[in-house]
Amino acid sequence: MTKAAEPSAGADPILALSGLTRRFQSGGGFLRPARSMTAVRDLDLTVARGDCVGVVGESGCGKSTLARLAMRLIEPSAGRILFEGADVTHIRGRRLRALRKKLQMVFQDPYASLDPRYTVRDCLEEPFRALGEKVPAGRVEQLLDQVGLPRAFAGNYPHQMSGGQRQRVGIARALAYRPDLIVLDEPTASLDVSIQAQIIALLQDLQRQHGLTYLFISHDLGLVRYFCSRIVVMYLGSVVEVLEDPQAAPAHPYTAALMASSFTPDPTARATIAPMEGEIPSPFALPPGCPFAPRCPRALDRCRSAYPPTVPTARGRVACFNPIEA
Amino acid sequence: MLLEVKDLSLSIGILRLLDRVSFAVDRGQVLGLVGESGSGKSLTALALTGLVRRIGGVVTGGVILFDGQDLAGLPEPALRRLRGKRIAFITQNPMSALDALKTIGDQVDQVARLHLGLSRRAARARTVEILTRLRIPDAAQVARAYPHQLSGGMKQRVVIAMALAADAELIIADEPTTALDVTVQAQIVMILADLVRQRQIGLILITHDMGVVAQICDLVCVLYAGRVAESGPVETLFAAPRHPYSAALIGCIPREGMAPGALKGIPGGVPSAAAYGDACCRFAERCPRADALCRRTRPPERIEGGMTVACHHPLPLLSAAPEVAR
Ligand SMILES: Nc1ncnc2c1ncn2[C@@H]1O[C@H](COP(=O)(O)OP(=O)(O)OP(=O)(O)O)[C@@H](O)[C@H]1O
Ligand code: SF4
Ligand code: SF4
Ligand SMILES: [Mg+2]
Repeated sequence: MTKAAEPSAGADPILALSGLTRRFQSGGGFLRPARSMTAVRDLDLTVARGDCVGVVGESGCGKSTLARLAMRLIEPSAGRILFEGADVTHIRGRRLRALRKKLQMVFQDPYASLDPRYTVRDCLEEPFRALGEKVPAGRVEQLLDQVGLPRAFAGNYPHQMSGGQRQRVGIARALAYRPDLIVLDEPTASLDVSIQAQIIALLQDLQRQHGLTYLFISHDLGLVRYFCSRIVVMYLGSVVEVLEDPQAAPAHPYTAALMASSFTPDPTARATIAPMEGEIPSPFALPPGCPFAPRCPRALDRCRSAYPPTVPTARGRVACFNPIEA
Repeated sequence: MLLEVKDLSLSIGILRLLDRVSFAVDRGQVLGLVGESGSGKSLTALALTGLVRRIGGVVTGGVILFDGQDLAGLPEPALRRLRGKRIAFITQNPMSALDALKTIGDQVDQVARLHLGLSRRAARARTVEILTRLRIPDAAQVARAYPHQLSGGMKQRVVIAMALAADAELIIADEPTTALDVTVQAQIVMILADLVRQRQIGLILITHDMGVVAQICDLVCVLYAGRVAESGPVETLFAAPRHPYSAALIGCIPREGMAPGALKGIPGGVPSAAAYGDACCRFAERCPRADALCRRTRPPERIEGGMTVACHHPLPLLSAAPEVAR
């Protein structure tokens, strides 16, 4: 396969993924053969320090698997993960714990990620306890201030808080160790739009104040275009397009379809909604060739037999035989 | 007018959850009922279908005129006949309307046989025709499938097919696409909008997303804490929202070319029903325009420029209504 090299994305890459692949086995019972699927396939991605990279795609595209791989929560089937230039693909023990201080994650469901028996204080002190460290004096209060929660919240249990407040606790917990990179897996997907906007504003403030780097996973292209400085589009396990400029017009037909499916709050823009036909095929029964071909309005004959190579474009790179010209 | 709701008030126990809610929708129109979670959208839907009685709700005032008949006073058996036939209810979870043990076809057939007295064979022919119209590929084969064999988007289409099979005149859809992927959400929403125009059905679409409202609704009713904040034609609302809450909700959706930091959200959250004040504006805690008057007097409804607004200090009226291409 030909590949356009991932641009070094500025001088100071904090995270570099190359050829990252993760396969899962599923099923496999009495008289049923196990089936295998590739949740993330041969993925290259570099995240520069201070950047906010958005990964966008629909359910099952492998976004969360990518997040868990980058966090070293699951093992890759192939590929390498470099953090600040060091290969961390297979580190464990003390080195992995040290990495976890610099690399934190915020999950989609703030309820599921908080222990119902823990108060907010317990939850914010837990990262220190887990490593047998002393909690710095006043750190809990400081964290609550940073995420805009009243200090009195330290004694609250998760069920005493709203979804937005719980997600603030989730963010405070990720900040506990002053990390360099935070992976945010759909942190606002289960929140009301009004609360989503609050959380995004908070994340922007925190990034500015603490010089954080974000890898932001979302299914909402409109939100990613607003929040992120660089966009990675995934479909069925593969990166199909990278846009170096979030406002750039898409070159990949799937990115274009995502854009035409998003509802902007402007009734004068009605003509731009053009839903695409069909649904995502099962990852266990991928068609040969380009996985998007069955739904693609620009598909050519060869799209159905060969996997499209990744080629550079004026605005990034694209994996497509027939990209949309600028 | 197909449906006219006037001064609807509803209580459960001592809580007064809806307070003089009014709106109307005619055949061939889509009305968006919009607000954050906890604003009373789903309760309104339940009140319209009489289902609210099952959770102990009592309509304490107002009328629900459906095709001239007041549903608020109708006994349960008569309501049940209307539900599922002339009025269809679609929820976020399609499985709440589907039977896991019966094929799709049997379930859709059953509706037509029950309500229209069709023979088995005629009902199936009609089912396949309806499924095809909803752009379900291989409709005859899908009719023989069980719900678990279909994706969420397909199941939601089947629920819509059941509404069409009964020749429903009014469809009430409560967040019908929240659980679906963005491309599938766009498909379903556009299918619903097309059906409304072609078959002159009335549709009440419940959503918290002003983007969806802008793209397919004709009319909008903004609810806040059990009261109507603002209602009227969609184009007018988006051209110049008068109520600070409507303006804030619209500002929660990222749009093309939005400046960084412009997405702010709405501070605080919707009050719980136990904390509803009566002689005040319930939005005052979160409103940038609030003053002493707002905290001690319920804002009167005023009708200006085609919009009904309940606010003491509304945003300025746009001098000329803009022209919107349809
Ligand atoms: N532990 C596992 N075992 C088997 N399959 C898995 C496992 N984890 C993920 N998958 C599969 O990998 C694919 C990608 O999953 P992933 O959770 O990364 O998707 P996603 O993009 O985050 O989707 P969503 O938007 O629904 O959260 C899916 O088909 C999923 O079913
Ligand atoms: S490679 Fe072919 S099928 Fe795939 S997205 Fe490009 S044009 Fe469409
Ligand atoms: S009545 Fe007062 S508090 Fe309520 S929305 Fe209007 S200005 Fe704001
Ligand atoms: Mg996910």
